[in-house]
Amino acid sequence: MKIAHLLKHSIWIAQKDLLEFSRNRMLLVMLIIFPLFMMVLTGYIFPTGSTLKDMPIALVNQDINDGVYGNESVALIVDLEEMGQRSGYFDFRTTGSESEARDLITKGRMSGAVIIGHNFTKDIGSGKQGPVTVLYDQSKPQISLQVMAALDSAISRTGTLKAASTVNRTIGLDKNASSALVTPFKVSNKGTVPGNPSYFQFLAPGIMMLLVMFSVMQGLPRAISHEKETGTFDGILAAPTSRFSIIMGKTLAQSVRGMTQGGIVLLLAIVLFGVTVNGPLWLVIGLLLLGIFSFIGVGITITSIASDEETAQMFMMLLQFPMMFLSGVFFPVEQMPWYMQYASKALPLTYAIQAMRKVIVLGAGVQDILTEVVILFGFGTVLLFVAIPLFKRAMSK
Amino acid sequence: MTSPGHSCNIETKGLTKKFGGFTAVDGVDFCVNEGEIFGLLGPNGAGKSTIIRMLTTLSRPTSGTATVAGHDIVRDPHKVREMVGIVSEKMIMYDRLTPRENLRLFGRLYNVPRRALDDRIEELLTIVNMTKWADTQIGKFSTGMRQRINVVRSLVSKPRVVFMDEPTLGLDPQSTTEIRKLIQRLNRSDGLTIVLTTHIMNEADVLCGRIGLIDKGRIAAIGSPSELKGRITEKGRTIVDLDLFDPPPDAADRLSRAESVLSAAQTENRVKVMVSRENAFEEVLSAVRENGLRLRNASVSSPSLEDVFLHFTGRSMVDEVKDKVPMKGGHGPWRRSGSGRVR
Repeated sequence: MKIAHLLKHSIWIAQKDLLEFSRNRMLLVMLIIFPLFMMVLTGYIFPTGSTLKDMPIALVNQDINDGVYGNESVALIVDLEEMGQRSGYFDFRTTGSESEARDLITKGRMSGAVIIGHNFTKDIGSGKQGPVTVLYDQSKPQISLQVMAALDSAISRTGTLKAASTVNRTIGLDKNASSALVTPFKVSNKGTVPGNPSYFQFLAPGIMMLLVMFSVMQGLPRAISHEKETGTFDGILAAPTSRFSIIMGKTLAQSVRGMTQGGIVLLLAIVLFGVTVNGPLWLVIGLLLLGIFSFIGVGITITSIASDEETAQMFMMLLQFPMMFLSGVFFPVEQMPWYMQYASKALPLTYAIQAMRKVIVLGAGVQDILTEVVILFGFGTVLLFVAIPLFKRAMSK
Repeated sequence: MTSPGHSCNIETKGLTKKFGGFTAVDGVDFCVNEGEIFGLLGPNGAGKSTIIRMLTTLSRPTSGTATVAGHDIVRDPHKVREMVGIVSEKMIMYDRLTPRENLRLFGRLYNVPRRALDDRIEELLTIVNMTKWADTQIGKFSTGMRQRINVVRSLVSKPRVVFMDEPTLGLDPQSTTEIRKLIQRLNRSDGLTIVLTTHIMNEADVLCGRIGLIDKGRIAAIGSPSELKGRITEKGRTIVDLDLFDPPPDAADRLSRAESVLSAAQTENRVKVMVSRENAFEEVLSAVRENGLRLRNASVSSPSLEDVFLHFTGRSMVDEVKDKVPMKGGHGPWRRSGSGRVR
């Protein structure tokens, strides 16, 4: 009987909250706009695979003898220019001298430079390696890394082809055999699931988890502090309703709201951004629920500590900011320096996102995400044990 | 201050609430009888709301306790909650819900059975003439309409006691009259015990059977309005209201030296003078003249609750800023000339 009352009361409180929510058109619209906004923004501002396109690169050929360019350097330049056009990565521009190239990089007009050394043809002819220098722009480290890597591979590929043809010519092996001699290994890249890696595929699980978990963490303190401020909370507290029903009702309402939010993100991701769910859908839903569960304690704790809406807001900012950047929503945790990776490992959101990504991108089953599940469940349970006494104390001030 | 022989519906025993070092309610004892309208009258910050919050279990007393409808507020808050209704100064209702939905939610939280609840809601909405608006979201209502709902909301569970914190605060005159009539009606027809707080003298005077004057967290006096007024008008005491033109700050002091003047209190250019005889008006006027004060207007008035408040607390309720009357042993200005003059 008592438990029946307890449950009924929490359902009525939840029902009331959801009714209020469903009549707030602005909030309903935000439910769609916000994730859309986030996906579009983050999906397009962060680097998705290769961002190289028509990068202006200065070409300096110092390989001149008696006013004539060496034939080896000319051949390399032809190859590079052809490659640049074919891939669309680079736009090579012939530049007079190294100092001019440096100047252009400093001015930001060139993204890098390839400088072919003075005795390039002569060195190659005499059995030495031909010197090539690549200059890069230190003010744009991310781009420079890509430019260097791409130029490196372009130059070495030209080198490899050259070596193969030399072998073909001097030893008389056929084309395939000479290639195999020069590059004995053949590498082909494949994912474990079909389809190309897309940044949205990476982003969607993270954003989904982030929004769902934050909606509980923010929604709970906001819902309660709002009622406190408008005075309606007194009405509920003065009624013969258990504190447990109140917090449970509020949590229930926020969970429904969070799940709705999660569903909308998933739908948008699938329909608008071509994300595919490779794992089972029930596991996706289960993970969302687990994510909500693990954050309820945080929400209740903030509610209990913060007396008004503004303080609650401040607390949430304090927690959300590091979580957004450290939990690997936008870029993999592995890209961070080791100490940041440790910090990241302390955040529950990291595990929730990791698990969700495994399920959605890699098609993982329960057995593949057991560790994450246990961590999230443990975190949620421990925090509830901390939060509920705090809440009870805060309510009887 | 418990009246013997009566059984109190509400009885407080040394009820105290401290917020840090500040004592908001300081050992309050009073008794409210079954079926009466009891008013807690005092200026803002006197501790009225805190008393209500403790009696409705929203706030736990620092020390002392109270019984409400037979249940102890500290030991048995849940039982108390079942028995009482609350009309808070901040209205308890959800703007995006309709009156019916609001009443239904609270009825459910009080475990009113469904059928009975539907009937009760209809009945309550009829009482306040709101059946027409039963299914309109409250956000669109005027303050007066909202307050009507706010009041009946406290009644869904058929409580035996209702606490009302400033029930007419911020209402226009018409709505104020309406709400006061509603309070009287509930009290008369249902025998509902009502405890209300107010800082409006007139409201306490009109509505309440008995009043507790509250100042600085303490009860200064308790009684029916006429009783309280009687205490200061006994033995033919009369109040003369003087409106002076540009009076010196010690005008009251000077006047209180006149023979038949018992006390005098000054608020800006008005001085209230209490005289010991009904025919002392002339004497006051000559005291005015002798002291070189210029009179704009003068009248004889019967004491209001405000005079009562001043008498018992030594402070004017309307004029908290000008509260610089020298206090000795808790006596106010009314007592000054009676018990040896204070210079």
